[in-house]
Amino acid sequence: MRRGRSGRAAEPDAPPLPPEQADAVAAALAVAGGDATRLLVVLQEVQHRLGHVPPAVVRPIARGLGLSRAEVHGVLSFYHDLRTEPGGRHTLRVCQAESCQAAGGAAVWQHLEAATGSTIGSTTDDGSLTTEVVYCLGLCAASPAALFDERPVGRLTPASIDRLLATARESVDAGGAR
Amino acid sequence: MTVRICVPCDAIALSLGADEVAVAVTAEAAARGLDVEVVRTGSRGMFAWEPLVEVELDGVRHGYGPVTSDDVGALLDAGFATTPLMPGEHPLALGPVEAMPDLAGQTRLTFERHGVVDPRSLDDYLAHGGYEGLHAALAEGPEHVLAEVAASGLRGRGGAAFPAGIKWRTVADAPGTPKYVVANADEGDSGTFADRMVMEGDPFSLIEGMTIAALGVGATHGVVFIRSEYPQAIATMTAAIDTARAAGWLGTGIAGSDLAFDLPSFDIEVRVGAGAYICGEETSMLECIEGKRGLVRAKPPLPAIEGLYGKPTVVNNVLTLASVPWILAHGGAAYAAHGVGRSLGTLPVQLAGNIARGGLVEVPFGITLRELVERFGGGTRSGRPIGAVQVGGPLGAYFEDAQLDVALDYEAIAAAGGLLGHGGVVVFDDTVDLAAQARFAMAFCAAESCGKCTPCRVGSTRGVELIDRIVAGDRDDRMRSQLDELCEVLEHGSLCALGGLTPYPVRSAMRLWEQRQSGSTGEVRS
Repeated sequence: MRRGRSGRAAEPDAPPLPPEQADAVAAALAVAGGDATRLLVVLQEVQHRLGHVPPAVVRPIARGLGLSRAEVHGVLSFYHDLRTEPGGRHTLRVCQAESCQAAGGAAVWQHLEAATGSTIGSTTDDGSLTTEVVYCLGLCAASPAALFDERPVGRLTPASIDRLLATARESVDAGGAR
Repeated sequence: MTVRICVPCDAIALSLGADEVAVAVTAEAAARGLDVEVVRTGSRGMFAWEPLVEVELDGVRHGYGPVTSDDVGALLDAGFATTPLMPGEHPLALGPVEAMPDLAGQTRLTFERHGVVDPRSLDDYLAHGGYEGLHAALAEGPEHVLAEVAASGLRGRGGAAFPAGIKWRTVADAPGTPKYVVANADEGDSGTFADRMVMEGDPFSLIEGMTIAALGVGATHGVVFIRSEYPQAIATMTAAIDTARAAGWLGTGIAGSDLAFDLPSFDIEVRVGAGAYICGEETSMLECIEGKRGLVRAKPPLPAIEGLYGKPTVVNNVLTLASVPWILAHGGAAYAAHGVGRSLGTLPVQLAGNIARGGLVEVPFGITLRELVERFGGGTRSGRPIGAVQVGGPLGAYFEDAQLDVALDYEAIAAAGGLLGHGGVVVFDDTVDLAAQARFAMAFCAAESCGKCTPCRVGSTRGVELIDRIVAGDRDDRMRSQLDELCEVLEHGSLCALGGLTPYPVRSAMRLWEQRQSGSTGEVRS
């Protein structure tokens, strides 16, 4: 059965985006210049600006690039880096690949989970930190390793984990708790 | 006279405090009224000594390490900025860096400038032999490029080890324009960091290698696809490309060349990955660059014929492309003079995991794994016996100590049941639980599978379940033969190397685990 354009037009319009999201989408689409092969670049730019990719931006991005919403959702859901929920103020990407396993990573990861009271891959209650599991940061001669936002941290110990957590909390205290 | 003090900006050096050291050197030297210039170089790759500070006196670099920001004041007070301190005179003194055994024992061709130059300085690059390869290529033309790369015996350093000369010839002969050169910098294998070091420590060598490739095959567009886990590499590579373009080394009329043959223009763009291991597979990477889900493509057609946007494309690993300037500058035969059998030239090996002196070791093929792990790496960091060594990343086999006399040689490692991959060597001590490592290999495949083919998507999860039941002792024999059959299906039925090679770590780790199980049972019985 053929569905005409009228079928799509009957679909109710989505509520307008909050201004912050609309601005991010406009800026990201401007980077792509209408080029649909830059879809991933657009999504990365939105996440860079908002900290995550809210599901509501799928529709305007699809429209802006001449793609279906399914195509945009497909890319958004494929890549581990892209998240649809807001994260914490800081991100700690913890490598759990072989080199860090070999260098005693398990003890460090257990300490991190105990100290934050949450499993790696979640956000702390105070919103200071999101932890993520990654497989390899290319810091393997200094395993176990992590990336605190964009700062590499090598030869992790429980003590260095505590210092990172304190740094994350300080910034929340300075900026006011959410 | 201003004294140059070099502090690396490599990500591992940063992870151990190099930025803090650089700040301390500047501040403490100023406080003492010393005329000092802090230069941020790449790393020598000897990470046991990072942050490794080098003071240049009378043209010789004297090393100190590992230096913390707290050590800097004392080093300045001991006079290290004016007089070389020798080992023994100061606990951190290492002597002339290039005489250190771990470095002097290497054959640095691809990494010849690493730790020497400021990676963001085009002048430094040019002063240290940079662009000599492209000059030779421009003087002789595309046929010369293809002939020299073929003569060098250079094989793809990303893992597949396909001869670069044949790939480039295929792209050159393929109809269709525009043609592309894509540098695969999605270095996802655990235990590898050589691509990252190239981009952070000598990015112009990759630019030059890609430009030579473009000249050889007639490409006009280049892409460096860098994983998002490498923020420093992305920044340095992007800056170097901008610098090269501004100086006329990229864009139209490269290097002001007035040539008998056509080099219309060549430019390079950086594209950043999004945390998918599978995008290191070349066809998945092309899909990602095209803005799609990183699903593996069926081959044929080969990317050399139908690659990026369906056009002929050279896809090579960063190390492959970064080796090309040396080959063009010195000749393919000079490169092929190193190595053994069909593994010619050098390989930048990366020593990682539980290792006393981890780092980058560029050596000719033919050296044994034992020499690498023991002579260069110093054995385990924990001081315990070696339990296993995984060679070639998460899809590479686990070797036991008794197997380490195998030569670093694509064919010899394959004959020993493994693969050399991207040259990563991850050492485990004897506390390693090899069944857990086999399980991890399956779980990693499940987490990173693109989902396009069934053996990889479903088989990997089934593999985790089987290994769990084997370890639990549940109907052992039947589960074990099912795991073998599953590995066979993965190996032969998967679309790409992720599913196809996962059996390597699984089989080898399970074999060693069972060997140790029966060994320990035997001891109990006797």
